[in-house]
Formats: sequence, structure tokens, C-alpha cells
Amino acid sequence: MTTTPLLNAINLHLWRGDRHVLRGVSFALGAGEALHVAGPNGVGKTSLLRVVCGLAQAEEGEVLWNGMSSGDASTAFLDALAYLAHDTALKGDLTASENLYFSVGLKRSITATQIAAILTELGVADCADLPCRVLSAGQRRRVALCRVLLSEARLWVLDEPFTNLDASSTAHVVETLAQHLAQGGLALIAAHQGLTLRAGKVKRLELS
Amino acid sequence: MSATSSVAAGRLLFKRDLRLALRRWDQVADPLVFFLMVTTLFPLALSPELSRLRDVAPGVLWVAALLSSLLAADSLLKSDAQDGTLEQYVLSAQPLTLLLLAKTAAHWILSGLPLVLISPLVAAALGVPVDALGVVMMSLVLGTLTLSLMGAIGAALTIGLRRGSLLLALLVLPLAMPLLIFGARAVELAIAGEPAAGPLYLLAALLVLTLTLAPLTAAAAVRISID
Amino acid sequence: MWKWFHKLASPPHFYRVAGVLVAWFAWPAFLLIVAGLYGGLVLAPPDYQQGDAFRIIYVHAPSAWMSLMVYVLMALSAAIGLIWRIKISHAVAASCAPIGASFTFAALATGALWGQPMWGTWWVWDARLTSELILLFLYLGYIALRSAIDDPQRADRASAVLAIVGVINVPIIHYSVVWWNTLHQAPSVTKMAAPSISMSMLVPLLMMILGFTLFFVALLLTRVRGEVLRRERSAGWIREVIAA
Repeated sequence: MTTTPLLNAINLHLWRGDRHVLRGVSFALGAGEALHVAGPNGVGKTSLLRVVCGLAQAEEGEVLWNGMSSGDASTAFLDALAYLAHDTALKGDLTASENLYFSVGLKRSITATQIAAILTELGVADCADLPCRVLSAGQRRRVALCRVLLSEARLWVLDEPFTNLDASSTAHVVETLAQHLAQGGLALIAAHQGLTLRAGKVKRLELS
Repeated sequence: MSATSSVAAGRLLFKRDLRLALRRWDQVADPLVFFLMVTTLFPLALSPELSRLRDVAPGVLWVAALLSSLLAADSLLKSDAQDGTLEQYVLSAQPLTLLLLAKTAAHWILSGLPLVLISPLVAAALGVPVDALGVVMMSLVLGTLTLSLMGAIGAALTIGLRRGSLLLALLVLPLAMPLLIFGARAVELAIAGEPAAGPLYLLAALLVLTLTLAPLTAAAAVRISID
Repeated sequence: MWKWFHKLASPPHFYRVAGVLVAWFAWPAFLLIVAGLYGGLVLAPPDYQQGDAFRIIYVHAPSAWMSLMVYVLMALSAAIGLIWRIKISHAVAASCAPIGASFTFAALATGALWGQPMWGTWWVWDARLTSELILLFLYLGYIALRSAIDDPQRADRASAVLAIVGVINVPIIHYSVVWWNTLHQAPSVTKMAAPSISMSMLVPLLMMILGFTLFFVALLLTRVRGEVLRRERSAGWIREVIAA
């Protein structure tokens, strides 16, 4: 059974100065599917993710969400999108709960109970009232992942989500990802290591 | 979970920025201390005589306020750009213009408002008569608001650049010169006992113009800078 | 008409067309300037008030005029580049900046030279000179922003925003400076304005202004060609041009 692609990237070209970073990259992603973007450092994985999100402008090509150009369907696309980058987008002086309250709160209203539940689910409940600057890198990444979960986004765009995670945390994240795909979500992941999930179809895009 | 309205999102960001500042409020005081120090330079450099200081008070007050505001402008977007929060604003499906306006408002409360509140003391120390202090405060309210807005444009253009703070000052200073002319003139008239309504209205007009155009421009500049 | 314009947006085409056009602007510019200088410096009678000193207007006025026009052109082409994403437009804006800054500097220098015999000082804070000085700051800020940004696309677009902000502010700055100047009228009557103009003075002045404009266009075309070469240095068509 083929799923109608929700996310379509068509012939994306991106230049950074003289460098032709993305040379006609295309892919299609449907519900329950994840795209693993692989390749050596500096090949343009982050650039591709940013172009899909709309943070960077491609010189040529387009990104379609639900058949409409992501620029035209802007609010609908951004509502369905959650982006987790190298920087965790956490304010060091705010506690984990406050960070989640303010960052997810920009898009949807959430309650303290929901925040507490998510933090527990990802195993960082004890970080709830600690300022994020005292958390370890792994803890911060998990709190950032809580933000992705709370945003109820359909499309997850994750840039190196497994950085700084130990084996059990990695397993936990992989499981969360599998659940997301099983519920019909999509994921675009840039990662060094290979990706095997118990649910959902994983496609691979090798950039060179 | 219901979607957040734009206004609610703006309010949330405003609240967050104030809360963040309260946790580091020694840093918040920096522009204020700078303002005080700069105004102290002039009696030291010129003369302790109040009559002489009164002559230069309009200029001194306004130049010091201008420099303090420019120094503080950098901090509007710096930390958000560094930790990736700025990109989340762009991806939040909320109008970036409104979010930046909310941030600028919080920034003014932290950097501009303290200047305005302490200005009567500083002005009096420079020999400004008491009945002119109202105009001093009024002109600085209008001026610092406009400077915060202009600073937002400068901050957005210089995100992540080396010596961004200095470059920001270079870019915004020429634009701020009309403010300086009108503001200093208002204080000068007030000291001489004459009505200062004319320059104050001009300041207000500049504020309205900047309020209309600056957040939009800053939003465009943010999108360009994070590309 | 539009099609011809559209074709110009292609760098190799622009490069060729501009190369041909430079001579068509440079020679008339040269002739006009020579004629204008002769008419202004030699033929026109000395002013009854300022003597021969007023003659510097033949360089000062065109420089000041050009400094403003170039800024407007810079902002316009930057805006076009930003809105319609045309790379050549950005190249034009980038090339305008140093030329415009030079005209501004020339206006300031000739203004100072004019001031010396008039008031005995090299600098006065009169409205026009002060406005020119602030315009110079605007140019320098633009150039500084461009050079501070490494990524060429970001540099183009950020400086375009700055140029647009600047051009909106230029009238505000100018009128506020004029207002400021009228408040503090210097005791002696300063007359940077041209003396009452007669035909023999006006014609050379117009020739100089036109000559400066054509000179600017020739200079701009040359600079943009250089800018295009620099930006497109990795493109294939460059090799063909060099080989030819």
C-alpha cells in the first residue's frame, strides 16, 4: 500500500557563496514514514533540514506540504512542524518546566500537568524545577525532545537528535520516534548513525 | 490544547523576557550605570559650575541616553540567536512582527524606562531647573522608545556578526540624529522657560513612524540573518 | 521593453552589454566635463560677492547632487534585488556604495575648500554640509555591514534592508538638520548657496551636472562588470570570456 506523500521536496538547489550545497535534492514522505538523511559532516544535512523548515531559502525547487507549497500553506505547515536543531533552544536561566511552558505556549496552550507528564515520560522529571544551565547535555536534549512531543506536530525535523545521549536514552528516543510514526506522524532526521525502528518505514537519503 | 492567539503569544514572550531579566538583574542595570557614568564625565571634563553645565545639559542628557540605548540594543536578540530560540519564533506560526514588538517592549522596560526614571536626578545634577524636568522625562520617554525600536532593526541585521555591537551603533547612529536634534531642543526650550511642544510633537511623530515600520523591518531582517 | 530588461538580469548578457555601453557614456561625460569646467572656470565672470571662490560650485554642486542620487539608486536597486531576487540588482547596489561615498566625500572636501576663503575656517556646521556628512555615515554604515557579513546572499539582502531604511530616513535627516541650523543662525551670513545665477554661470553648471551623471554611469557599469566577474567566478561563461 503506497501512502500519498504529505511532504514533498522537489529539486532543491542551495548555494552558500560559491558552494553548491544542495544539488537538486528531491524526496517524498508519507504518513508513518521517516527519512534518514545521511552523509559526512558538512555535506548539507543541516542545510536541507533548514530549507524544508523554511529557515533557509532555496534558490531553486520547492517544498510541498499536503500538495501546497510550504510558503503558501505557511501557517498550516508551521503548525504541523516541530524542529529540533543542534542548539536545544532552551533558556539556561529558566527551569525545564518554564522553558516548555514558554516555548510550546507560543503555539498551543499547555497545562502544568501535561508538562509534568511529558517530563516523566522522557525520564527527566527531576529536572522540572532545575534551571537548564545546570542540566547535563543529555538531559537538555531530552527536555528539548519534550518540546517536540508537546507540540503535537505531525512532522518532526530532527537534526542529530542522538548527540550526547547514552545508550538507554537513545533507545528511549528511538522508541518515541517509533510511536510517533505508528500514530501517522512523519520524521525527517539527520543522523550519523543508522536508524532502525520497530514501527514505521525508514527511507534513506544519502547526500554527497 | 487550543492554539495560542497572536496577542497571547506576544504577551507570553513579553512575560518570559521580563522573567529572564529578573533572574539576571545585575546585567539589567548595566545600561543605567553607563548612563550615569557618561553624564558624570561632562562635569569632570568641563566644569563643576552648574550654570555652565545647564548650557550643555540638553546635549549631555541626550547623547548619554543615545549611547546607553545603543549599547543595550545588542542584547535584544543576542541570546535568542545563540541558543536557537530565535529560529523557534520564526517557526512558531505567529507573526514575527508581533513577537519582535513584544520583545522590544520588554527590552525598553528593562533598558529605556530606568533611564527615564533616573533622568530627573541626573538633569537636576546638571543644573536643569525643576520646572523643566517634566519635559526632560517626556522627551526621553519618546526618544528611548524610538531608540529601542531602531535598535531592534540594527540588532536583527547584525545577528551573529563579529563586533556586532559596534556595527549596530554605526548603523543606528545616523538614523538617531534627528531624534537627538529634536530631543535636545525640547530640553533647551524647557530650560529657557519656553513651551517645548513643537519638538515634543516632532519626537512623537518619529515614534509613530518608527513604531509602524520598525517591527516589520526587524522581522524581515531576522529572516535574512538566520538564513 | 520588459523582455530587454529581463535579459539584462542574466550576468553574462549584462557583462557584454555593459562593456559596450561604457564608452558611450564615458566619452560624452569627458567632453561635457571639460566643456563645463572651461565655461565655469574660465568663461564665467567672477561673482561680485564671492570673487573667484564661488567657482568651486562647479564641482561641489554636482558632487552633492550625485551623492544623493546614487544613494537613491542604490536603495532602489537593492529593493529590486530583494523583492524580485535579481542578483544583478544586488551587484549594482554594491557597486554604487563606494562611488556614492566618494561623491559625498568630494562634496564635503569641496565644501570645506569653499569655506576657507569665505569664513576663514575649514569646516562649518551649516545645514548642507552637515547633511552631507550624515549621508557619508549612511554610506559607510552600508559598506561596513556588507564587509562584516561573510555569506554573500545574506550580505546582499541585509544591506538591501539597510539601504531601504536609510533612504526613508534621508529626507527626515535632511529636514531635521535644516531645522536645527535655522535655530542657531551664525552671526555672519553664510552663503554656501550659489550666487544669483546668470546664464553664463548656469550653462556650465548644468553641463557639469550632466557630465558627472554620465561619468557615474560609465563608472558604475565598469564596477558592476567587475562585481559580476567576482560573483560569478566559478561559472562556466567566465572561462569563455577570458578565452575570447
